[in-house]
Order: sequence, then structure tokens, then C-alpha cells
Amino acid sequence: MTDQNDNWEPKIIAFLCNWCSYAGADLAGVSRFQYPPNIRIVRVPCSGRVSENMIMSTLKSGADGILVSGCHPGDCHYISGNYFARRRFALLSNLLDFVGIEPGRVNFSWVSASEGEQFASVVQSVTEKVRALGPASRLVKKLDAAQAA
Amino acid sequence: MTTVNEKIGEEIRVQARKMLAEGAVVAVIGYGVGSLPMTARPMVARRPEDCDKLIWSSFCVLNLANYLPEVLKSVEPPHGPRDPKPPEDSLPRVAVLATGCWSRNIVVQIQEHQVARTRVVVMGVGSRGMVSRRKVESLFPGKEILRVEEGDHDLVIHGADFTETINRWSVVRDNCQTCTHPDPVLVDVRIGDPVSERKNPKPFKQVEEIERLSVDDRWAWFTTEFSTCIRCYACRNACPLCYCPTCFVDDDKPQWVGKSLDTVDTGLFHLLRAYHCAGRCTDCGTCETVCPMGINMRMLTKKLNKDVLNLYGLEAGMQPDAPLPLTTYTLDDPQKFIVTEAPSAKEGE
Repeated sequence: MTDQNDNWEPKIIAFLCNWCSYAGADLAGVSRFQYPPNIRIVRVPCSGRVSENMIMSTLKSGADGILVSGCHPGDCHYISGNYFARRRFALLSNLLDFVGIEPGRVNFSWVSASEGEQFASVVQSVTEKVRALGPASRLVKKLDAAQAA
Repeated sequence: MTTVNEKIGEEIRVQARKMLAEGAVVAVIGYGVGSLPMTARPMVARRPEDCDKLIWSSFCVLNLANYLPEVLKSVEPPHGPRDPKPPEDSLPRVAVLATGCWSRNIVVQIQEHQVARTRVVVMGVGSRGMVSRRKVESLFPGKEILRVEEGDHDLVIHGADFTETINRWSVVRDNCQTCTHPDPVLVDVRIGDPVSERKNPKPFKQVEEIERLSVDDRWAWFTTEFSTCIRCYACRNACPLCYCPTCFVDDDKPQWVGKSLDTVDTGLFHLLRAYHCAGRCTDCGTCETVCPMGINMRMLTKKLNKDVLNLYGLEAGMQPDAPLPLTTYTLDDPQKFIVTEAPSAKEGE
């Protein structure tokens, strides 16, 4: 990460479910909705596939922000995957808040395949939030610091 | 005069001896005398004559539910991995001592299919709270405690050149002081008298104190609290919820958490360890008790317990028939944390 750099751009990792949010991102693309180019998309089969291990190790690897997005409750391709995910994410976001990870680093949303415009505005709002927070430092593993110690 | 704990100990010995002699069970998981003052050593009695070694004291701090799946496996007749597993009701049974929190751990183990209900005989003991050895030692800095005598409400501490009496409740572990369910939820053989539910107006007081801090102060608390961790994994090994054959910290493809003593690695380890106990932890306090560095990692699991109770109205192990909080859902679970599309639309949060 390039700390203290005027040209710093937030890197946001987006875990998008294959059936809704990924298709929503696709629709945003083909409909030519503008959104910030700061997200790197990881396509997952379902938001229920995104485990706490994945989110934490993304933070550890230096992502400035995380966005997890899946189908709206009730629309899951696997019937109930996002309902389970919702419980897990609720607890995880509270726990991260509890240990002092800035609110806004880790974000969760629901975007359906027909919501290209909404996808663009979710990315817009998440990018703005992360940009305001600045480069991530909490729970980011700095390799050179670890090696020097 | 016999104390409550001595009476309970005698009852444990009588019942254990009786069950082993009758062949109702083939093993009894309980406590023996520890090798140091203020310790009790978990032990498994397999013959009636072993039962004389069983004790009960205020220092039974290790969670016996932790040993249950392993002991159950050890008493099964040998069978290879491809042999059909013999039916559960034909397998030998094991008795285990359980207070409120340990019995709830056993309920969770049953819900998670680690333990068959038919093979367990729960010897239920109402908990009076276990004493923290660390708290007692901190009262006598620099002095060695050689012997501790237990009364019902006080402890007599003997050192080389001093003898002092202290109040027992003042040195009871934090998790026992805030406990609301001291009596076992699962009882096959009752030991001693039942104890009533405790009314505790603020069971999450310590968690709320941290929640009131600012984000930066919470981060400062987290990094200092967990910076001393030496990654001995005692907290994981003593926990009855941690039975995965390969723990996420031992995984190396992918390696979720680094194995170094870097504060990020230790922090991530503790966060994920606590998170894996979400909705399952009964706040038995064993992780904190066994920590050689005195880290209060229980704050993380307690915070999760608080959220599970507030958001889903569930407490681990209290409802044997209900599914675990994270293995179920309702259609209208709270989702305040969800980002809605436009920044202006989330004013209501």
C-alpha cells in the first residue's frame, strides 16, 4: 500500500454472488452506468459462501475496503444462502466494530441482477466512505515490519 | 464440619463408584487433586476403586465437556474406518460432571452431533462459582502460596510465613460472577442441591464498558490486550467447542492467519477463534483461565453472546430442541448493517 501518497486510490475487494450482484455489476457495465474503478471483483457462488476467514484475510492482505454483496433476502438462488449469510455478517460487523475497525471498511449490501444503477451507486457510496477513511492500517499485516521484528 | 464442596465430593464418589460397579457407565470424567495449590486435575475414573481419587473444590476451572467426545471415542470397541459403526445404543456410556455452563456445552455438542445423548450420563452439580487462581495470587504479590483451605464462604491461604483468610466471592472468576444459569440444564444424576437462576441485571457490564469507548480507543484496547499472546493455543485446546480435526490456524492452503507473533496475526487469530464460537459459547471462562499471559479473550466471545441474545434472542445450550443461532434464520432478521444504494438513503440507520 502506498501510504501518505497524494495519488492514493482505495483498493476495494468486492465479493459478489454469481446470481445477483455479479449480474448486477454486469448490467451496470452494459448499461454504461459510471462507477469508481476502485473495486476488484471476486465472483463467489453465493453470499453464503463468503466466510469470516475470507473477509479477515482480505483485510490482512491490505485491502482498504471490502464489499460483500448478494441477492436480496428471499431471492437467493440457493433458497436460503443469504439468510444464513445475513446472520453471520451481522455478528461479524458488530465484532469488527467492537475491536475498533473503522465502520465503513467492511460493507455488506444486497443488489439484484436487475439493479445495475443501484450497483453503481452502492460502489459509489462505499468508495466515498473508504476514501474518507484513508488507507487501511488496522489488521493489515506489514511484511517488512514483521520481518524486521 | 463438612463444607458444601466436601459434601458434593463425597456424593460424586458414591455415585461414580455405584455407576461403574453396576456397569451403567464405563468411565466417569471428573476431577482429581492437582499437583499445585489451587488446582484440580481433570481425570477419568474407569474402575470403581479409582473413584476414591475424585474430588470437588472451588478450583475445578477446566471445562470437562472438552474431554467428552474423546473419551466417548476411546471406549468404543475398535473398528476400522470402513467398518460400519455399531449402533449408538449398543456402545458403552460415559458419565461426566457438569455445572451450568458445562452442561450447556454438552447440549451444544449434542446439537452438533459430536456426542450422542444416549451415551452420556450427566452428573449435574449446581455451580457456586469457581475461584480464579490468578486473582488469589494477585492478592499476595511476591509470596508463595503453599496451601489453601476452603470454607463455605472464605478461603484460608497458607504461605511459608503467613496465614490469611479472604472472602471467597471476591476471588471468584469474572464469568462466574456474571453468570445467570449456574444450575445444569441437563441432569441425569443430581449431585448436591440445585441452585437457583441468578438474577443479574448487567451480565454484559464489562462488554458495555468497552463499547462505550471511541473507535480509536477500542482499537487501542484490542491491540494492547492481545499483544502479549504467545500463540500457545491453550485457549483453543481447552475449549469444548473446538473439536475441528484441522483448525483454521493450522491450515496452510490457504493460510488464513499468519503463524507469527506479529500483533496482526495474534489479533486475527483471536478474532476468528472467538467468531467461530459465536452462538455456541456458554461463557465457561476456561479460555481465559488457561491463558498463561492473562489475556481477557473472553471479552470477544462475550460480545458475540450479547449480540446473539439481542439480535436473535438465543443463548447457547439453553434450548436443546432449538437449532443453533447460526444454523437457522428468520425472514426478518435485523439488517441495519446493510449498505443501501445511495448515501442519502441511509439516514435512518
